[in-house]
Amino acid sequence: MTEATIDGHGAAQATQAAVQSDDHQQHPLKVYLVVWAWLFVLSACSYLVDYAGLQGYLRWTLILIFMMLKAGLIVAVFMHMAWERLALTYAIILPPVAVLVFTLIMAIEADHTLLTRLTFFGAGP
Amino acid sequence: MAETTIPHTALRPPGLRGVAADWSSDQRAFKNVSWGKAMMWIFLLSDTFIFGCFLLSYMTARMSTRVAWPNTSEVFSLHVGGVSVPLLLIAIMTFVLISSSGTMVLAVNYGYRRERLKAVGFLLLTALLGATFVSMQAFEWSKLIAEGVRPWGNPFGADQFGASFFLITGFHGTHVSIGVLFLLIVARKVWRGDYDVGRRGFFTSRKGNYDSVEVMGLYWHFVDLVWVFIFAFFYLW
Repeated sequence: MTEATIDGHGAAQATQAAVQSDDHQQHPLKVYLVVWAWLFVLSACSYLVDYAGLQGYLRWTLILIFMMLKAGLIVAVFMHMAWERLALTYAIILPPVAVLVFTLIMAIEADHTLLTRLTFFGAGP
Repeated sequence: MAETTIPHTALRPPGLRGVAADWSSDQRAFKNVSWGKAMMWIFLLSDTFIFGCFLLSYMTARMSTRVAWPNTSEVFSLHVGGVSVPLLLIAIMTFVLISSSGTMVLAVNYGYRRERLKAVGFLLLTALLGATFVSMQAFEWSKLIAEGVRPWGNPFGADQFGASFFLITGFHGTHVSIGVLFLLIVARKVWRGDYDVGRRGFFTSRKGNYDSVEVMGLYWHFVDLVWVFIFAFFYLW
């Protein structure tokens, strides 16, 4: 189905779409298809991390890298954030930083909870 | 929605100066996006906070328990021909959802090109893939419930596993289900040519145009985006 779309319309439509209107997001199909392919590759990679049974910091680093690449591609290209005016981009991308700060606070809190549990109840069953 | 869109002129400065100019200007900060699109982005931002809080409460539960967390690689494995393949169903679900994101982006593109039938086709394909995802999730839930996983306990390890699993995947599945419903509504509107003639919507009474397909796309890609994080943090970590 994807192949049919490329073969059937190809260059003519790509150039037509390249004439970008200011009011809506229209881009060459090729950009989407390339990103789509990359999303499949990156998903396969993150699955392989588990399949290969990697553990520890290597596992966590790879999971985070593949996750951020996938999320970035989806937001930037599929959701058109790369082409929006910065007034919108910053309004949407910056607030989630608060979630990261919250995560840090809760990580410290969870560490403390575990410490008190180990101190008063001993190691887990 | 078109009537609220101000054309993006060359007078508008780019970069950080543009951010300051847009935000300090009269009436509206988002100059060249439609009202519907700006509101969808703000809704998605609020949804980001909801899913963010779900994931970080899962992190808190997992980090603070003394009991070992269940090995998701084993819990979510499927037996195919006598061999246990780790996370097989989840991997297939991931690929189904990414496929649906791709078909959605094509639907938006063909909508803007006024190729109605192709847009409808891809919207329906997206809805079908979304429905497939939800059915697979229903299968996964049934399997886990049959194995004794409950919100208050499970046979594999820490009790909080069930509560985190049902809350996070349940909330995500609800988003997918609602998305499928709206995909069908948008597909019907494209099919009827509502966005070509500017027919007014039943709910907002605003004139419809192909922007609505893009706004629908934003929601759908967000659902895929959330799954990327759930897949990484809940299933793979």
